[in-house]
Formats: sequence, C-alpha cells, structure tokens
Amino acid sequence: MILHDLLTFEFLRVIWWVLLGVLLIGFALTDGFDMGVGALLPFVGKTDTERRVIINTVGPVWEGNQVWFILGGGAIFAAWPPLYAVSFSGFYLAMFLVLAALILRPVAFKYRSKQESTQWRNGWDWALFIGGAVPALVFGVAVGNVLQGVPFYLTPDLMPMYPGNAIMKLLGLLNPYALLAGLVSLSMLVMHGSAWLGLKTEGELAARARRIGTVAGIVAAAAYALAGLWLAVGIDGFAIVGDVVTDGPSNPLYSEVARGGSWLSAYGARPWIAIAPLMGFVGIALAVLGLRAGREVSTLLFSKMAITGIIASVGLTMFPFILPSTIDPNSSLTVWDASSSHLTLFVMLVCALIFMPLILAYTAWVYKVLWGKVTEQDVTENSHSVY
Amino acid sequence: MEFGLVELSRLQFAMTAMYHFLFVPLTLGLSIIVAIMETVYVMTGRPIWRQMTKFWGTLFGINFVLGVATGITMEFQFGMNWSYYSHYVGDIFGAPLAIEGLMAFFLEATFVGLFFFGWDKLSKVAHLVVAWLVALGSNFSALWILIANGWMQNPVGAEFNPDTMRMEMVNFFEVVFNEVAQAKFVHTVSAGYVTASVFVLGVSAWYLLKGRHTDLARRSIAVASAFGLASAFSVVILGDESGYSATHTQRMKLAAMEAMWETHDAPAPFTVVGFPDQEARETHYAIEIPWVAGLITTRSLTEVVPGINDLVIEAEDKIRSGIIAYDALMTVREQRDATPEAVRRTFEQHSEDLGFALLLKRYVDDPRQATEEQIAKAAVDTIPGVFPLFWAFRVMVALGFSFIGVMLYFFYRASFRGMRFPRWALRAAVIIIPTPWLAAELGWFVAEFGRQPWTVDGVLPTALSASHLSIVDLLITLAGFVIFYTVLFIIEMGLMLKYIRKGPYMDVEETDAWMERHAHRLRTHDGKGPFAAETPAE
Repeated sequence: MILHDLLTFEFLRVIWWVLLGVLLIGFALTDGFDMGVGALLPFVGKTDTERRVIINTVGPVWEGNQVWFILGGGAIFAAWPPLYAVSFSGFYLAMFLVLAALILRPVAFKYRSKQESTQWRNGWDWALFIGGAVPALVFGVAVGNVLQGVPFYLTPDLMPMYPGNAIMKLLGLLNPYALLAGLVSLSMLVMHGSAWLGLKTEGELAARARRIGTVAGIVAAAAYALAGLWLAVGIDGFAIVGDVVTDGPSNPLYSEVARGGSWLSAYGARPWIAIAPLMGFVGIALAVLGLRAGREVSTLLFSKMAITGIIASVGLTMFPFILPSTIDPNSSLTVWDASSSHLTLFVMLVCALIFMPLILAYTAWVYKVLWGKVTEQDVTENSHSVY
Repeated sequence: MEFGLVELSRLQFAMTAMYHFLFVPLTLGLSIIVAIMETVYVMTGRPIWRQMTKFWGTLFGINFVLGVATGITMEFQFGMNWSYYSHYVGDIFGAPLAIEGLMAFFLEATFVGLFFFGWDKLSKVAHLVVAWLVALGSNFSALWILIANGWMQNPVGAEFNPDTMRMEMVNFFEVVFNEVAQAKFVHTVSAGYVTASVFVLGVSAWYLLKGRHTDLARRSIAVASAFGLASAFSVVILGDESGYSATHTQRMKLAAMEAMWETHDAPAPFTVVGFPDQEARETHYAIEIPWVAGLITTRSLTEVVPGINDLVIEAEDKIRSGIIAYDALMTVREQRDATPEAVRRTFEQHSEDLGFALLLKRYVDDPRQATEEQIAKAAVDTIPGVFPLFWAFRVMVALGFSFIGVMLYFFYRASFRGMRFPRWALRAAVIIIPTPWLAAELGWFVAEFGRQPWTVDGVLPTALSASHLSIVDLLITLAGFVIFYTVLFIIEMGLMLKYIRKGPYMDVEETDAWMERHAHRLRTHDGKGPFAAETPAE
C-alpha cells in the first residue's frame, strides 16, 4: 500500500488529534445533555409523571448518544494506542467508577417504568442521577489531572508503570484543582441538560429546569475562570526540549521533555487559540440569558458553543501534549510520539470520512423525526410503550 | 509482576466477557426474528404480526440494554487491565474496534430508540426499515469484533517495529479478510440465530402448554423453527469451517481440542470420548473412530496432522530462534540508526519468532540468559489445558447437532402436521431454552482458552500482556463486577419472566388502538399526526 503516503505522517497526526477533540466534544454535546438531564432528574421532576416526561425527552436518543463515548474509546485505541494503554490503566479505579455509573444508566432508563412500585422507580431515579452526575464529574476530574500531569513512567520496553498504592492513587486524583475541573464539567453539563429540558418540555417543569440551569451556568463560568487563573499561577506546564521531530516513530522515550514555564504560554505562541476560551465564556453568558428569557433552540445552541469552547481550550492549551508525566517527563505522551503507525492513521481516516457524514446524517434525521415537546399526555397515553 | 495478577486479570476478563455474551447472541438473532415478523406485518397488514413484533420487541429491548451496558466494559477493559497488550498490538487491534463503532454500533444504537419510540412517528415501511437497520447494525457489530478477535488467533498483515516496540499494521485488507475472522464471524452469528430461535420456540411452547396466546405462539414457532433450522445447519457447517482454518493457523489448539498427543499417520483417527491426561501426555479409555479426525481437519487422506509432542519440539526451535531475534532487537534499540546492516537482517530473519522468546519472560528477565531447562519449560507452556478443551469442544458439538434435530422436528410439525405439537415436545422445548447459551459460552471457551498461553497467537504471551496494577486494584473491581453484575442479572431475569408471564395483552390493546389511529391518519392525510381532530376527508 502506497496510498497512505499521499498524506504525511505529521498531517495525519494533527488530523487525528483534531478528530480526538471532535469525538470528545461530540460526546459532550450529545450524551452531555443526557448526563445533565440525569443529574437534574430528582430535582426538576416532582411527580412520577413529571419524571417520566423528563426521562422520555432523552429516552429515544440516549443510546445513540452514548456511542460517542464507545467510539471515543475505540478511536483512542486505534489512533493513540499508548494513550489508551496508559490512561485507562493509570486511572484504573476512577475508570471503574465511570463504567459502573454508565452501566447503571442504560439499565435504569430501560427498567425504571417496567414496574409500578414507587420504591422501584425512586431507586432507578437515583441510579439515573448517579449515571449522569458521576461521569460528568469524573471526566472533569480526569482533565484536571491531565493538566497537572499524571504519575506514570514507561519502561524501555514501553510498559506503562504506575508506582504507588491503589487507594492512595485514587484519592490522589481527587486533588483540589482536579475537583475544580470536575465542577466545571458537572455544572456545564447540568446547564446543557436544562437547556435541553427547556426545549423538550413545557410549563412549570421547563421553568424549574431553566432556573437550575441559570445557576449552573453561572457556577460553570466562575469555576472555568478560576481554573484558568489557577493554571496561570499555580501549575507548571511541560515543553519538549530541543528539536521537535513531528514524523518520527511513536516512541515517547525518543524525545526529551522538561517541566517548567506555564501552559498559558501557548497563548503567546498561538494567539488565535484565545478564541476557544472566549467561545466558552460568551457561550455560557448567552445560554444563561437564553435560559432566563425562555428562548429554546438558541439556548441549546449557545450551550453547545460554550461546551465546544471549553473542551477545545484544554486541548489547544496543551498542544502538542496529550498526557504529560510528572515523575518521568520524558515518558510524556505527545501528538508526535503517541500515535498509531502512518498506515493505520490513514486507514482510520478513510473510514472516518466515509462513516462520519453518514452518522451525522441519520442522527440528524432521527432528531428531526423526534422533534417536538414531550408532554404529560404523551407519557400517560403511551404508558406501555415509553419509558 | 506480582504473583496472581495475571490470573486475576484473566479471571476478570473471562467473567465480564462471558457475561456480555449472555446477551449478545439473543440480540443478534432476535433482532432479525423481530424484523422478519414486522416484514410479514407490513406485507399482510394483519394486526397479529404487529403484536408479535411488539411483544418479542419488548423482550429484545430488555435483553439489548444489558448487552449494550456490559459492552461498555469490554471497550475499555483492554486499556484498563491489558495495557501492555494495548500498546503492543493496538495499532492493529484498535482499528476494527473503532470501525465497529463507526459502522455498526452507531447504526444499531441510533435506530433502536426509533424502533421503540417511532411507531406513531413513522410510516409502516419507514418503521420496518428502522427494524432492519437495527438488525443489520447488530450483525455488523459482530463482524468487526470477530475481525479483531480473529487477528488474535491468526495475526496476519502485521510486522514488529523495533523503534516503537510494537506490532504495526502493514496490510489492512489481510486483517479484514483474515480467513479465521471470516469463519468465526459466520459461525458466531449463526449461533446467535440458533439461540434466539430456541428462545422464541421455548417461550411459545410454554404459551401453548398453558393454552394462552396460541395464535401468537403458533406463528412464532413457525418463524422460529424455519429460521432456526437454517441457522442450526449453518452453525454446524460453518463451525467445521472454523475448525478447518485452525488446521493450518492454530495447530496446537486443534491438537489440544482433539487430545492428539502423537502425530498419527494420515488420516488420523477421531477420539469420540476419553480422559486426556496432561501429565502423562496420553488419553485414557479413548474410544476412537479411524480416519475421521484426519478427514475433518485436513479434508484429505494423505495430509498429516501434527500431534502435541511434535509441536512442543517445534516450539523449542522457535524459542531458540526467538532468542536470536531478541538479541538483535536489543542491539537495534541501543544503536538505532547506527545499527549494522547485518544485525538488522538477523532481526528481520528471526522477528517472526520474537514472541516465543517472550515466553521466557515468565522465568527470566532477559531471555538471552535462559537455561536449557527454562527453554524446555517454556516450550511445554505452549500446550493449553487439554482436558477442558477436549470436553468443552465435544459438548458444544453435541449440542450443535441436537439443535438441528430439534429444529427439524418443530419445522416438520409446524409445516406438515398442522401446527399440532405433542405436550412432551412442548415441555422439552421449554427445558432446552438455556442450552444454546451453554453451547455459545463453551465455544468461546474453546476459542480463547485454547489460545493460551498467548493473547496474540505466537506474538505476545498472556503473562506479559496485563497491566501492572496492584492486587488490591483487581480485588476491588473484581468484587465490584461480581456484585454489580449479579444484581443486574437478577433484575434482568425478573423482568424477562414478568413480561413473558404477562404475555402480549398490552400489545393487543395497544395494537387495536394504534390500528384505529393509523387508519384514521391514512384517511385524513392532514399531516398533523394521528391525534388530529378533523373529520375524515371522504
């Protein structure tokens, strides 16, 4: 096969770095409102029928949305194998928590309304809360840790190692900065969930969701600003020492990395990336105004803009780093040394170019078919078929 | 690596994977059976077929959701528990997993919501298309997963890269059209179809025994027995294909399944039953049929099938060749671009056997320091557990053949005896409901346990593949999975049984109401949906 030489290794690596971002953002934009709605469920829905309305706003779509997460895992495996190997085993117990929460969620959606008992339904409602709030929080905590660097190193055989005690490692992840990042992620997705409920429900229910969403938006903006400030003054960045080889073999140990300086120096080197945090703040501001004004479609779009900006800002700030190591900076994974081979990146790009447009097209069609508000009448009349 | 870590990691993977596969076969088959039922409904317009679609669809949904939920674990577990494996072969293995998401899982998961929620929002034909897309997505999913798994059994289209210390893809099409993967895919989906057929047959038989919902039950048996008969034939025939491909790709697995210790003159006899003894390397009380094993595995009278003892001697040679490769690799890694051309060539000549040198890592850090005794031990390690393989394989095959008999019988009674079934047959149909699951799990056991001591056959030993976690990590997640999965299983079974007991009552009412609304909508064409209040146009 020579076709893959048409695109340079360097170009493919950058493209796959962008696609990694697209997948994470796609996950946050779609499954993000499912998680937000889950986290809001016990507080916005007062009666059983109200809660069923809330659940049924995401009932037909959560399954498809969740695939963004699965695909994210698969794509990291295929395009960034060292990242897949190091991160998921390094965050082992945290990953287990996320998996448990995400396994609980589908089951809760499907099984909640299959029994009449109040106890049964309340139990599953809290399962949905956990399935929404826990991953939303943990994803943010993970990002907070990545920004600070993770304690791992690679042996000369490239075997990832994580010294330390299992429980202490889990507790170590829950440091103040990471928790702040977790708060950004949780509040941002709660805002997104309430924007969704504002669009899909009506009356008092929608109003209640909007009120909580307004608060969540303000919290998100404040926490995001604080996290940025903290990053500027309290956290050291990482930098590649010497020549940057962009098309070399994917062996992290081949390059030298030093800790020091600030992550935010990226904004001096590439001023245009300031557009990402700007999108974050402006998006939140407009979404909050929209929630207060009772605007529906535009609020959801602004909320999406905010999430896109916030997630993109993390990646753009760290570029070319993906997963820096605190205990052995040379083991840090970057865009230039943690990818798949040239051929695999090319093959996967071809697959993505064929299937992503198809996926976006049929997903859009499904949302169009399901367009419109979910009412109490819908739920009571189709009690047997809906969730 | 800490003692027991690899064993615990294997235990967790085996447990979560086998648990996942309790739900997958039913999803594969039931998605198609439901789509067939809906097709009949759309073609004939008879409400009973809509009720059947909805009723079996509900059971499909209860099962589907756990398949999806437990699949999440599978997607991430390679990175969590098998990080060296992920690094070492991710360049090849990751691709089919990602393509599965892109091509199959998105399709299936996006449309499954519309299948359940779209009855009132779509035309009949559009809803039928949605049902088929769900079935198609599930089955495509199996295709890519088995391409990934097939590569672990027969790692084609890849080469070791000393710079990155991992296997890298050199030919994508070889990976996709891997003969092992293709044979396994068709065998596995057929097994799913049989599972779903036996399930539909058994539940319907229970209704007939109780004298309930007989219309629905009879029609369901007709569909299930016809579909099941075709599937039962294909699962056996394609399983044979899968075994045939093992003859030249995984000779040790084949020899272990058949407990062939010595190489026999062609054509080799087939051991029907016996008690393989791994220590003594012989099979006690063996009952043999001459010629059969040779005929099945080689499809010739003259080709010799190597026995376990000869394969161990072969493995010893490969270990020695692997040590040469390892030695060259160390030089290449140290000197990189300055490596003498001769060393590079030596490495390339022996790199195919590098994995065999890695088998020694269990006993010694540097394979070059291995003693003769350690080499001999590592060679013996290449024999998987013969007794469990031998018997698991035989039970699976026996079950496979018995499904043909069951399906033939019910198909015959349904087609030529006016749908009348004796009570003993109905009772038997209920009792055998769990057997296809047993056969499917045994099949996976033979495939994966038979692959040991490798995660990727001949390339990467299992002992080296696991993440360097602590025992505490493993104990926490293992306990978590056991408790969590057990609770989910109890809830799932409870709901399944509840909905089976309840039967399609709700679907009957709902269908009547729906047919009325639908007819009304067809008359009015107001574009405002079924609840519009306008009077009919005519």
